[in-house]
Formats: sequence, C-alpha cells, structure tokens
Amino acid sequence: MNEFYGPFGGAFVAETLIRNLEELKREYAAVREDGTFLAQIDRLLREFVGRPTPITPLERLSGERGGARVYLKREDLTHTGAHKINNALAQALLAKRMGKKRIVAETGAGQHGVAVATACCKLGLECVVYMGAVDAARQAPNVQRMKLLGADLRLVTLGQQTLKDAISEAIRDWIANVDTTHYLLGSAVGPQPFPEIVRDFQSVIGREAREQLLQAEGRLPDAVVACVGGGSNAIGIFSGFLSDPAVRLIGVQAAGEGLESGKHAAPLVQGTLGIIQGSLTYMLQDEHGGIRETHSIAPGLDYPGAGPQHSYLKDSGRVEYTSATDREALEAFRCLCRTEGILPALESAHAVAHALKLAPSMEPGQIVLVNLSGRGDKDLSQAIEALDKLELEGARA
Amino acid sequence: MSRIETMFSRLKERGEKALIPYLPCGYPEPGSTPGLIRAIADAGADMIELGVPYADPLADGPAIQEASLQAVLGGTRLRDCLETVAGMRREGLELPVALMGYANSFLAYGLEKLAHDAALAGVDGFIIPDLPSTMAAPWVDVFRPQGLDLIFFIAPTTTPERAQAVVEQGSGFLYCISVAGVTGERERMPEELERFLDEVRRRTELPLAVGFGISHAGHVEEVSRYADGAIVGSALVNLIRRTPADQVEAEVGRFIGELKQATGKAQHV
Repeated sequence: MNEFYGPFGGAFVAETLIRNLEELKREYAAVREDGTFLAQIDRLLREFVGRPTPITPLERLSGERGGARVYLKREDLTHTGAHKINNALAQALLAKRMGKKRIVAETGAGQHGVAVATACCKLGLECVVYMGAVDAARQAPNVQRMKLLGADLRLVTLGQQTLKDAISEAIRDWIANVDTTHYLLGSAVGPQPFPEIVRDFQSVIGREAREQLLQAEGRLPDAVVACVGGGSNAIGIFSGFLSDPAVRLIGVQAAGEGLESGKHAAPLVQGTLGIIQGSLTYMLQDEHGGIRETHSIAPGLDYPGAGPQHSYLKDSGRVEYTSATDREALEAFRCLCRTEGILPALESAHAVAHALKLAPSMEPGQIVLVNLSGRGDKDLSQAIEALDKLELEGARA
Repeated sequence: MSRIETMFSRLKERGEKALIPYLPCGYPEPGSTPGLIRAIADAGADMIELGVPYADPLADGPAIQEASLQAVLGGTRLRDCLETVAGMRREGLELPVALMGYANSFLAYGLEKLAHDAALAGVDGFIIPDLPSTMAAPWVDVFRPQGLDLIFFIAPTTTPERAQAVVEQGSGFLYCISVAGVTGERERMPEELERFLDEVRRRTELPLAVGFGISHAGHVEEVSRYADGAIVGSALVNLIRRTPADQVEAEVGRFIGELKQATGKAQHV
C-alpha cells in the first residue's frame, strides 16, 4: 500500500493510533486477497444496497440545451440514498472481522452517519456518530434517521461545529477507545490507510459506470464530473477512468458565496499544502497554519481539506478541479427536479451545475457522465428556503 | 549534550526526578506567559513545555483545547512563542524549554526557518503530537543540526518493534503516554504503567517522562517511582483557569512547588 501519493498523504497522527492504523493496513491487505470476504461485500451491495445502480440519460435536459448528452450515475438510488453506504458497509464488515464491537464515525450532511448507522444495524455493531451542531440543525431528517437506527448521536459544539470538528471528535474518541473501536471514516481523507480503503470501496461506482456506458453507447464518456468535498464519490467514479487518458475528469468543489468572498470550501482551487487531520494535502489555512473556516450550502462539501489523492491528481494534471457557487448549485438542484424529476443532494447539485455549463460547449456526439452521489430529500427545507430567497432577490432585481 | 539531556543527567546524579509543567503560551492573556514561567521556574520545575496555540489540537482533551483556542483568539502565534522564549533567556532563564505544538503550525512557518529561529531564541526541543517518528525523518534532518531535540511519544499501544524504531529516532527524552486517550486530568494512573515503562527502559538509555492524566502531587509521586520525569498539563491549565488573575502566579508557584516536592518523596520510600 502507498503511504503517500507523490508528496501527499501519510499518517500524521498521535502515536496512540499508529497500532490501529497498522492493524487496519494488515487486515485490509489480507481481505483484498480474500475471495470469501469480497464475495460477502458483493452480496451485500447487491441484496442490501441495491447495486448496480443504473445510469440515466438526461433526455429533456440535453434536448433543451444542446451540446453533449449528459448521463447520471445514480448513487442516489442506493439504499440510504447516497454513495456513502458502499464504504460504510464494507468497512463495517472489515471492522467486524478485526473483532471490533464498536464503530465511531463522523458525519457532515448526515449521509455517512445514516449509512454507518444502517451498516451497524445490519451487522450488529454498536454505533456512535459525531456531528457538528450546525450541520445537525440543517440536516434534521438525517438526524432523525440516525436516532431511529439506534445510533448514539453526539453533537459537536466545538469550533465551527461542522464536518471538520466532527472528524476531530471522532478521532479523539478513537484515541481513547483503541482496543474496542474502529473509526469508520467516510471520506477519502485522513491518515493512510483510510484514503486508500475508502477509494477502493467506492471504486465500484466507476467500475459499474464504465461498463454500463460501454454497454449503452459502445464508448467511454468524454468527461466525468463529480463533486469533491473530502472526495470519496469523486475518487470512486474517477478510479474507473484514470487509465483512460481521453476521458476528461473534473472535480467540482464548493465555491460557496464565491471564491473571491473567501466564504467557500475549495481547497483544490485555492488551497495550499499543509497537514490537516492526519494527511499532508491541499487545505484552506491562514499564514500561521490555522485551519480556515469554510462555507458551503452543502454540508458534505463544507470541509477545508482535500483527500490526498485528489491533491496528487491535481498536481499531475490528470484531474481538473473547478467550483460551483451555492447559487449555481441551487439552480441546478431546481433544474434537475423540474426537467428530469430527479431530486439531487445539494452536494451532487454542484457536479450537475458544472455539467450544465460544460455540456452545451461540447459537440452533440459527446457524452458527459455525472456522478449523482446522493438524493436531496435531506436538503428539502434548507433548499426551499434558499430558493425562495433567490426568487425574492430575482423579483427585486 | 543538549540542555535537556544535561538536566536529566544532573538530576540522575542527585537521584532526583524531573517535573515538567506544560503551559500554553498566551494563556489566559497574551501577556501572562513570562510571569507564569517565572513562577514555575522559581517554584522548582526542571523544564518547561511551552504550548504553541492551535485551534484544532487533535491529541488534546477539553481543558487544553479551550486554553489553546483562547490563546489563538488572543492573537498568540508561533512567532510570539519564540519571542517569549528569547525574552526569558535574556532575563536569565536557564531551564530547558521545549515547544509543544501541532505539525501544521510548524510547517506553515517553514521548517528551516523555524529550526534557525528556535535555536536562536533558546528553544531546546520540540514535542509534536501529530508527528509520529515514522513521518519525522525530514524534520529530524532539519532540527538536529541546530541542536534541537525532537521528542517522540511512546504510547501503551506502541508495539515492541515500533518502540525500537521510536527510541532510535528520539532524543532529549521519550514522552511516555500514560493511557490511550487525549490529554486531561484523570482519577488514577493506570496499573500497567510501571510495567510499560520497564519495557521501554530495556530498549533505551533516553530518560522517560510520563504525561497525560497526571493531576496532583500523589500522581507525581507515584510516577516518580519508575519514571525520570512527570509532565503536568491539564491540571495546571485548569488551575490557571479558575484562579483570579491577581493570585494566579502565586497559586501556580504553590502548586508547582508541591508537585516538585512530590518528585522527591518517591526517593525515600
């Protein structure tokens, strides 16, 4: 296993955690070769998660706007409603194999928290989820779901009270409970081997999408677009196309209120190299190395660090990283609803927003594949309120 | 021999153990630190671990998190910590001083520049909880030539093979974490601590100091039986937090004096 991707990655953690990370590395290396384990994951993904998820051509939208045709990879149709379940189930199974009885996890939008709580129910594990109090307030349906699923939900009132702070508390919990507990990290961030494990467990998205598109169109897409917070759904779908140099890969980060406003969460666009939560990677920081506050309407993108492999892919030029604002995401959210009858998560709406800009500039014979990483039910009240505000502003202007 | 090593070897000759208080720089106020350092030094501490404020201290419990955040909000940065040490040296402070802080503050300052400025300011070493020895090679290469010790941690979870690698890279002393967890006061020291220290001692000549959870003189006395030093952080921070500003130096002096005395009691058992 790679400890680093070029200069990025590593495991900058407290000594107390090293044994667990080493144990996880060993166990993961073993299960990669273990046909029974892999078959068990495949079966869970098929019977419980509902994989393979389909790809859907956006016929009305492409018809109206012209240019390249757009396909969505429908991770919103998985059980629990987002790609997070792919990794949550597989890692929970791995934890169980390691003899761990207790799972701690962080959650931003609540999708990972719900996925972990679900996996723990299914596999009979104790579940503790840390969530920033600000995120909990804006993602009420997921808070209720986690509680229903029996998770011990702990609200974090430190710092900015969002995803970064939830990760810090989950790590502190893990440090104090190393013997019994597995930290089920949900994004491709943090110390190795997490970025590697999360990518591998999410790579099913890219594998399926590649095959499905080949089957439907007899060819690969010209561009693949995914939103990037920590970057797990993006690395999952990109990994299916990394060795196809003709396929453009585009990661879309949260520009929040605009990159120039400073209120954003786009470390791959405007970040600098630093160490954040165990990983050397691009991050948003001040001149003293303090982690900068972030902003995004999408809690799952509201994170100041990028997964280390994304930093590597940025520098190598293989993936282009761009951003979409809160407003663009909201407009894409409404557009996808009205035109295609699909309600995207606000996170995924960032990818849709970019695809809507990109596709009309491309040739009619070309194809854009967008990872629709999750569904937007969780966002309804927040999105409707924000859309009403946009309309009011529009009417005034 | 570094100032830290010299301190430990002198104590050893005298049959004494080290008391190493942790003080967050710039806490509770930006200007509080020099007075508190004086009080700590005058009360008999053997070394000072000066905390570089960081708003996201992953290895710290609530007491130090809060103090660290307050110091950040008060505007204290790494540069101020270096200046504080330089100022204390000009005043004649002779105790070894290590800066304790998180890797990213140091990285953002620039490692080469930091090593140079720290040595010049009279800093003796660095304690960096999120820099395990496996990731530290580039840091060791920059710090050692300036005579700066890089002090590594050994945890109860550190495997024997790994302990070997850690002791080979470390210098100054080894920071032995008493219990798997973050910093913070605790009721009692874990029973297996003595055996853990014996294990580590078989592998190294480096002095062993124990930290995390040491809350009062009784703990210091207990730890001093088998370790070369005791590190007290959260308990001191909590004392500073609840003491009125005009009494804090006197109270800190009294507390440190009591702890220092406890390091000696162990000798007479």
